[in-house]
Amino acid sequence: MARRVLPGLPLSLGITLVYVCLIVALPLGALVFKAASLGPEAYWEIVSSDRALASYRVTVLCAFAATVFNLVFGFALAWVLVRYRFPGRRLIDALVDLPFALPTAVAGIALTTLFAQNGWFGAALAGVGIKVAYTPLGIIVAMAFTSLPFIVRTVQPVLEELDPALEEAAQSLGGSDGSIFVRVILPLLAPAILAGVSLSFARSLGEFGAIIFIAGNQPFETEITALLTFIRLEEYDYQAAAAIASVLLITAFVMLAVTNLLQARALRYTVKA
Amino acid sequence: MKISLHNVVKTFDTFRAVHGISLEVESGELVALLGPSGSGKTTILRMVAGLEFADGGNIYFGAEDATDIAVRDRGVGFVFQHYALFPHMTIGENIAFGMKVSKVKREKSAIATRVTELLRLVQLDGLQDRFPAQISGGQRQRVALARALAVDPKVLLLDEPFGALDANVRRDLRRWLRQIHDELGITTLFVTHDQEEALDLADRVVILDKGRIVQNGTPEDVCRNPANAFVMNFLGDANRLPATIQAGTAHVEGVPFQAPDMVDGKGELFFRPTDIDWREQGEGIPATILRVIDRPDNRRVLARTDGGHAVEFDAPPEFSHGIGAAGHLAIQRARVFAAP
Repeated sequence: MARRVLPGLPLSLGITLVYVCLIVALPLGALVFKAASLGPEAYWEIVSSDRALASYRVTVLCAFAATVFNLVFGFALAWVLVRYRFPGRRLIDALVDLPFALPTAVAGIALTTLFAQNGWFGAALAGVGIKVAYTPLGIIVAMAFTSLPFIVRTVQPVLEELDPALEEAAQSLGGSDGSIFVRVILPLLAPAILAGVSLSFARSLGEFGAIIFIAGNQPFETEITALLTFIRLEEYDYQAAAAIASVLLITAFVMLAVTNLLQARALRYTVKA
Repeated sequence: MKISLHNVVKTFDTFRAVHGISLEVESGELVALLGPSGSGKTTILRMVAGLEFADGGNIYFGAEDATDIAVRDRGVGFVFQHYALFPHMTIGENIAFGMKVSKVKREKSAIATRVTELLRLVQLDGLQDRFPAQISGGQRQRVALARALAVDPKVLLLDEPFGALDANVRRDLRRWLRQIHDELGITTLFVTHDQEEALDLADRVVILDKGRIVQNGTPEDVCRNPANAFVMNFLGDANRLPATIQAGTAHVEGVPFQAPDMVDGKGELFFRPTDIDWREQGEGIPATILRVIDRPDNRRVLARTDGGHAVEFDAPPEFSHGIGAAGHLAIQRARVFAAP
């Protein structure tokens, strides 16, 4: 019997492995299996059809735009919540998590109502010639709404733990606010920002409920990949649905792998000699 | 560069951290701010640096009023207690930081030369590509010093510079810092709560209590002529016995001590453990031995006077009296202070 201090590794490892296999790996495996049963030619034909390609373009570009928006706005929100004390701070802090709690369909309907031609925002924006609902812009709005908490919640704790002495040291060495932000604060937050960005992007790729209400769902224009999958399902074409879904799956997987690599690079200074 | 503080005041919320401090640090001097936690010493240092601003009074660098100058324009080198090295930069990049962000543009090669020079000064040649997490605490402290010196500061400020280090590393770094100071001749002010560190390193020691200066003098001054009971207690082990002062004499358990110029009334007698001789017979305060603790260089004896007060003293290793032995305490170099 090996000597050990903390008990329970075999038990907890067993439980988590079984759980991950049953809940995560099994459905994904079934999806890949279903898609594979098509054979390479049929698979390629489905995933490279014009309508599918258009849906990838809409989904990826909108997810990218929503992520960039959230990167800027989410970072600013985290910064304000950590660095300043003002009335209502705790309320805003609590509101950040709301997109997680709200059923996405509810969010989609609310956003559609607001941004429709006769809605509060939609009417105002129509006045300056911007149409949001039933355009890719609407998809971006829905994606940005549902993935906002990711960047705030990954950056916030790291920003809180940032030693104020680092900024004071940089100031005493003559650094301007701008150079301190770029050379000291940003590099130290980079791993957290990367994590937040990758989660936000992955979530946007997979978002469904909030988008379908506001998107208009015109094939080749505002039809996202997740919806196309759903349409194939409704047509009882399970194999095609699985094939298209597998493209989303692979995209998300590759993207997460790349961010993990980038994160490891950004954290190489923590490795002990 | 001479530093002068004139009647500097600092209040945090409702707590007054610094009460009207006036202090001069001559050009090239190495001065210690010594005091317990909460004495305001770090606040004073941070105000000199420009990391805090005084609520009242002025701070001068030479003839220039620096009270409201921001830290980045004040030209001070600041070494933080926990080093505050940038963890994502190598040692070389850390040292080069101040030169890179400076308004004075420098050639890349000039920066590299200066970094190599500073690394040699702090005896860390060859470590410039390591990250802070990959070197020891003592090495980090030396990098922090090199980084602060890289921008040619007018004054060097150190906040508890050796507080987080092992005793051995501490002693070595202390001597080494003194050497560097003598080499560069830069005006240096440092904060410590460790009296040994202050006495070992500084030209002058400023002792603080509750936001006020209680004594300001050379190590010899403060050791030989402590200004009050607080300084006496803070600088080292001290015994205290209640005394009654009458006509220039303090009476302690029937033994008279000189107390010239003291007002009649209650007083306290202070003396160091090394200033006691144990006598079986003769004059002195009668006492009984309670315990003997052995140390490498002497024996520490815990005794109780017949008046019921605890006294500790150091005896030579040959001291052979054991628990319960009765005798007399002959006290030298005792000081009498008025009772608080």
